[in-house]
Amino acid sequence: MAHGPAKGFSRWLFTTNHKDIGTMYLWFSFAMFLLGGSFAMIIRAELFQPGLQIVDPAFFNQMTTMHGLVMVFGAIMPAFVGLANWMIPLMIGAPDMALPRMNNWSFWILPPTFLILASSLFMEGGAPNFGWTFYAPLSTTYAPPSVTLFIFSVHAMGISSIMGSINIIATIVNMRAPGMTYMKMPLFVWTWLITAFLLVAVMPVLAGAVTMMLMDIHFGTSFFSAAGGGDPVLFQHVFWFFGHPEVYIIILPAFGVVSEIIPVFSRKPLFGYDSMVYATASIAFLSFIVWAHHMYTVGLPLAGELFYMYATMLIAVPTAAKVFNWITTMFKGSITLETPMLFAIAKVFLFTVGGFSGLMLAIAPADFQYHDSYFVVAHFHYTMVAGAIFALSAAVYYWLPKWTGKMYNEAMGKTHFWISFIGFNLTFFPQHFAGLAGMPRRIPDYNMMFADFNMMSSIGAFIYGSSQLLFLFNIVRTITHGKPVNSDKVWEGATTLEWTVPSPAPYHTFTTPPEVK
Amino acid sequence: MAGQSNTGHETYYVPESSSLAIRATIGLVMIVWGASHYIDHLSKPEEPSNAGFILVAGLVWFAITLFSWFATTIRENIQGMNSAQLKHSYVIGMQWFIFSEVMFFAAFFGALWYIRNLAGPWLAGAGAGDMNTLLWPGFEYSWPLMETPQQAVGGVSGQMAAGHLANNGAFSGPEHHLSFPGWSNMLHWLPLWNTIVLLTSSFTCHVAHVGLKENNRKKFNLWLGITVGLGLIFVVLQYMEYHEALVEYGLSLSSGVYGTTFFMLTGFHGFHVIMGTVMLLVQFLRSTTKGHFNSEDQFGFEASSWYWHFVDVVWVFLFLFVYIL
Repeated sequence: MAHGPAKGFSRWLFTTNHKDIGTMYLWFSFAMFLLGGSFAMIIRAELFQPGLQIVDPAFFNQMTTMHGLVMVFGAIMPAFVGLANWMIPLMIGAPDMALPRMNNWSFWILPPTFLILASSLFMEGGAPNFGWTFYAPLSTTYAPPSVTLFIFSVHAMGISSIMGSINIIATIVNMRAPGMTYMKMPLFVWTWLITAFLLVAVMPVLAGAVTMMLMDIHFGTSFFSAAGGGDPVLFQHVFWFFGHPEVYIIILPAFGVVSEIIPVFSRKPLFGYDSMVYATASIAFLSFIVWAHHMYTVGLPLAGELFYMYATMLIAVPTAAKVFNWITTMFKGSITLETPMLFAIAKVFLFTVGGFSGLMLAIAPADFQYHDSYFVVAHFHYTMVAGAIFALSAAVYYWLPKWTGKMYNEAMGKTHFWISFIGFNLTFFPQHFAGLAGMPRRIPDYNMMFADFNMMSSIGAFIYGSSQLLFLFNIVRTITHGKPVNSDKVWEGATTLEWTVPSPAPYHTFTTPPEVK
Repeated sequence: MAGQSNTGHETYYVPESSSLAIRATIGLVMIVWGASHYIDHLSKPEEPSNAGFILVAGLVWFAITLFSWFATTIRENIQGMNSAQLKHSYVIGMQWFIFSEVMFFAAFFGALWYIRNLAGPWLAGAGAGDMNTLLWPGFEYSWPLMETPQQAVGGVSGQMAAGHLANNGAFSGPEHHLSFPGWSNMLHWLPLWNTIVLLTSSFTCHVAHVGLKENNRKKFNLWLGITVGLGLIFVVLQYMEYHEALVEYGLSLSSGVYGTTFFMLTGFHGFHVIMGTVMLLVQFLRSTTKGHFNSEDQFGFEASSWYWHFVDVVWVFLFLFVYIL
């Protein structure tokens, strides 16, 4: 089995190699990150000043919808699957993923699916315009014709996610090297095992939701139509039963990434490994019983409001345990602040900010004020961008030397970090205030009183957006001109198995499993 | 299969590069594109469209790809490339696939529960004061829902007159429902026979499995054949029931939420029965024509039988929540 990669483009089309597939996932997600980011730039350009500026409101709705869909399903999720593909076999000492051909299929479904979805921008009636949460009846009775294409695209993405997750579960359960017991697995592997379980549990529910939409639109059913005895609120229940675990699907692997990076750059073992595992599992369990906190203002019975409020607040307990563990890991460590560590620390700090605003939103009576305001937008961008994308940036800088065998430019990496950090906070921190003052989300125009906050936001967004081009440039330059690292163990404090193989990692690794003590 | 064999690590078979995934992707993309354009085309049949052709071509292409994919894995297994560890990966894969199917049905059962216990009573005014005197005056909730809220306010025109802007079609309830007809009419009640057929098929499937474990091919083939036959009988009975519902009872997808949930739940179940029957038929043909499977090596059959038992369990829940309760 000592063969290398095939020559030419067919290498990528026909590959069964987890590193090739991981690389494709990562490049694809970066492309989607830039696409979804350009939609965000259009949104922020429109909102730079009050009044209708650049785009018409119908197109603005398409932009907010496509920005959300592309970022969640095209950028963040595939990026973490790419990391899983690259790193899980290396971290558990496996020769590859458990089901390599299916692995390739999981990836190759995504590019054509997103091409089809993006092509709906040029369809008659435009792209989906009902928000990434596609509430009925906006997405049924009042939907543009492209909704059918959207529904089948979601099905295809779901198939990809389910197969990818089954593969990850089979790999972790079945392919660990001798001696690699569950409680010795790196935390990134643990978080992915639990994430994969969440995906297999909720992607089919999303498939159910879009199937009900399809039937309501085209075949006369009345799931979401009160005239026939159904209920539009039913859509929200089905959607958020998927949607809430979905946001943890996005954040748990990010927790895994920082749990790898912080110990390495603090040169101390992770504090409270066991509690990290149990906290992750608790968060996953709670994610199934809190979905209606997205629906406080829809007219839930009082008992429902109370149950979902208290259940939601419970999530703060395991999450806080994680934050304390990361901080305690750093305590009295000999810390160095390379780029991955900077992003990891920023992720912990800013995600905690997002967690606090989440706690505010969890309070049902207070949420009646915050609901559907820019406060919500600020909250989930602190968790999605700072929580997930900062962790992804950290992961790329951390593992890039292992992937390419070359070191990225540290000064450029740090510049990227600081511009990102400032740009991100300038974008989203003012949105808290705009939201609390009453600015609604998903609108192309706003009251004069929000003008200053919005201009700050837009400037911040342009700064954050352009800093990602620096990121791209640094990655490409590392591949073409980077200084070879000439060492297996690139980072001084690294302990996990991927740092025992050469850099760059050979095409096939661990064809005979290592002995883990 | 108990646990993992560590010796298997050295021989875990990582396949060479393969075109299967790309071929499957091409099929899937044709299905996605064809199905969505074909369905859109249904509402404007006067415009020419080749979407239906692309959909069918995609389905055929996909079926052929799946056939060669499974043929490849079977060939690899016969050639002895599959270690115990790799076989265990397939077992895990199938188990979690069935779990994902469970969650798919859970979405529809959950919708049924919500409509029957919350949305229905609320529409009739429970819980929220007398809101329904403003929205749907005269609507009374019962299950099965024989009169939709729209009918209660005088059909589509009544609904529009009452100022309800959202209108996505006419929903009129059925004349009869298919729920439990009382003890005296039990024997004419098709769902009961469906239940008997499907439960029996689960049993015969198990007997076939026992036969295979005893290396008794005759017994295996016989009982597996009977299982496939029972699966086909179920599909025919279900077809008869649909015919009865549509033609005699006026029950269709647009009969309001009772018809909606009835056809979607039984329809998806019926579709899974057809898939399960095809899976078992393939195993039957593998055994009768190629002599595949023995007491040690039987994953193809085992996976199909798990799937079959799963479909059976879904039916038990359907029988309970769609027909009886």
